[in-house]
Parts: sequence; C-alpha cells; structure tokens
Amino acid sequence: MTAKISITVSVNGENHAAEVEPRLLLADFLRENLDLTGTHVGCEHGICGACTVLMNGDSVRSCLTFAVQADGTKIETVESLGDIDALGPLQEAFREKHALQCGFCTPGMLMTATDMLRKYRLETDDDIRDGLSGNICRCTGYQNIVAAVRSAADKRDAK
Amino acid sequence: MKPAPFDYVRASTVDEAVAALAASNGEAKVLAGGQSLVPMLNFRIVDTPIFVDINGIQGLDRIEETTDGGLRIGALARHFALETSDLAKDRFPVLHEAMKHVAHLAIRNRGTIGGSLSHADPAAELPTMAVLLDAKIITARASGGREIAAADFFVAPLTTTLEPDEIIVAVELPGLAPGTGWGFEEFAQRRGDFAVAGVSAIVSMDGQSVTESRIALMGLHDTPVRAHAAEAALLDDGIDAAAAAARLDAEPMNDLHGSADYRRHLAEVLTRRVLTAAMERAAR
Repeated sequence: MTAKISITVSVNGENHAAEVEPRLLLADFLRENLDLTGTHVGCEHGICGACTVLMNGDSVRSCLTFAVQADGTKIETVESLGDIDALGPLQEAFREKHALQCGFCTPGMLMTATDMLRKYRLETDDDIRDGLSGNICRCTGYQNIVAAVRSAADKRDAK
Repeated sequence: MKPAPFDYVRASTVDEAVAALAASNGEAKVLAGGQSLVPMLNFRIVDTPIFVDINGIQGLDRIEETTDGGLRIGALARHFALETSDLAKDRFPVLHEAMKHVAHLAIRNRGTIGGSLSHADPAAELPTMAVLLDAKIITARASGGREIAAADFFVAPLTTTLEPDEIIVAVELPGLAPGTGWGFEEFAQRRGDFAVAGVSAIVSMDGQSVTESRIALMGLHDTPVRAHAAEAALLDDGIDAAAAAARLDAEPMNDLHGSADYRRHLAEVLTRRVLTAAMERAAR
C-alpha cells in the first residue's frame, strides 16, 4: 500500500542508496539493510539510548528516526569510532576504565559520549552524569562509564 | 514494536505542509522531531495513515529577537538550539534554565519547540514556559493562520485548540521588563524524566515590595496553568501565603510517580523556593 521511497544516506563515509518503506526505522535500516549490527536496539521507544547514532554530527535515537528522514544526511555509527585492532580514543578510555560488562548499552554510550564531548565542557562529573542520563546500563552501575568519559574529557582538554 | 504502514509526504514549505494536511481530510498528522510521536507509533498507540514531514522546511527553525525585546522562536527550532541560544539566555533566563531540564541530549537534538507545544504534555517544560511567559502561538492553515494566546491553547492532557489541518509556525514571547527576577524548580525521579511537579515564576519589585508576579505550575493540573491565587497572595501577604495558595491552585493527579497529596506538597515547597530565588534576582 505505502509507496517505497528512494533514499541516499552516507553511513560512516560510504554512500548507500536504497528503496525503503516510510515506516522503516533508521535503527533497522542500519542493522538489517546495511548489516551494521553495532547499533543495538533495546527498548525501541527512545528510553534506553542503546540505538544512539550521530546524524549530521548530532546524537539521535535511531529508533525514533525513520530511514526516509536520514535521506541526504551523514550518519555515524559505533563502527566509525574504531575497530578491534585500532580502538578510537573514547573506546580506549572505556577499555582502560572497564566501563562495560555485557556491552549491550556500550554503542549508545559511546555515541552519546562522542556528542557530549563535542558540545559540552563537562567540568564536573555531575555534568557527565547529566549527559549520560538518557542511556541506561544494567551492569556497571555507571561509575566506570563516568570515569571513562572523564578520562576522555581530560585528554580532550589537554590537547 | 514497529509502526504500522503509512504514507509519507515531505513538505518543503509551510504552504505545501498545510495543503497536504487540508487534502487529507483530517487523516494526516505532522511529523517534526518525532520524539513523542514515534514512540507512540512504535507501540501502535497512534495509527495515522499519512504523515507530513516538515523537517525540510527551510527557515522554520530561526530564533530571532522581536522589536519589544522578546523572542520569536520558529516551530522547527530544536530544543538544543534554544538551550544554547545566547539570545534566549539573555532575554529569558528562566527559559534557559527550563531547557536544561528537557529530556536528554539526543532528544534535545531532534525534538522541536513546535512539537513540544503541540504535544501538550502537562508536565513538560516548554508548554509551561509558554504559559508563564504569555506566549503567542502562531499557526498556519490552508484557510489562513491565527495567533493563539498560550492561556487558551492548552485544553487537556495532550490536547490543544489546534485544528487537524493546522500547524504551529512559531511562538512569540513578549519581552520582559528589565530587572525581572525569575525562578524555576522541578522535581523528577531522574534527570531528564518528565517532572513529577514543577513551578516557575517571574517577579518585578519596587524596593521590598512585589509589584507584579506570574507563577506557573507544571504537572499539577491537566494543563500547565498560572497559579492566580498564589500570585494574588504574594502581592498581599508574601511568600509563605503564596506557597500555601499554590497548594490550593494545584489539582494534581494520582499516578505511580506520586500521589496527588505529594504533588500538592511539592507545589507548596517549590513555589516557596522559586519565589525566594525570583525575589533575590529581581532588581529593586
């Protein structure tokens, strides 16, 4: 019934053209159509933050964004931050501070922290907690995630 | 949890958007930031056959000063843009403070001012700010737009006076007198959650006496409301009387986040705090 729509999206620097149903969520487009399964789908209603990606540089919930709305935009997912052989600086901070246990929330934490580190000064740990408040972790108790973002913020400021 | 199929129309001008809404005979809805709408679609609480996406309308996201020292905020301005607007911080520090309490960064990046007003959650910051700051809501429709006073705009939880084929294009906040004091407090279980209750106020003073005040209650009625009895009590009898009156101005709900009694208690405590802060900040 509903007509498919042609979109072109830059994902992690690579252009992808596709025909999608309007109701296809960006999270499912990334995972199912592009096999980029680093973006995790948790609550599917914007509460848990696991599906957070960057859209034109701003963190967004990919479960609250339709793929058609990403047409012509630049999407960055956790896969853009680094890989197992060459972790990015934020991923390295998470490894160093033991900021993950099961790892389900980690892609969302990393993408949220990436945006926070660009937009806010994060002078206090309370600022970091505020920034992470939209991302739920059921393992760590958050302490080590805050420590990892603190470490990344200090390295950012030392530059 | 996937949305039901729908047709998707991309509008690149306000005229295109209202034409598409009018042509749908009440079936289409506007899709802006989607931060409240898409969760309802994912749960299939909302079943709308046509969406008109207004995200591509250029220039609808401007935040501009008006000649009376106020602000005109385009409907597509994102929460993050308003949170970080120097103009808003300078003209309306109470609004700047309120924006810090809106949800989380990823939501603020995407959610729009017009969307928050149209969604009309009685515990949301933006609708309450519209009521506190006497906002004018400017709309468009194929048959002609109008201006609606915030006091007349919110009808019930998630219900406004907007017609099905009408969209918000901007909200205008009239300028405040120089030296106006302000206060904003909300109580939420976690940072970024909807408030269990909140109170905000602006106050003008002459020496030790209050000459004018506005007090707005959030999450304490089925819409954001002015606490008129508390405002009158402040002029006549001071902060404690105003706080006690705010408790009576509130008509809160019982729900799993707090009982009505607890919310009335919050109304009193938060009113005392915001008025104390506002009177300290007011120029005398």
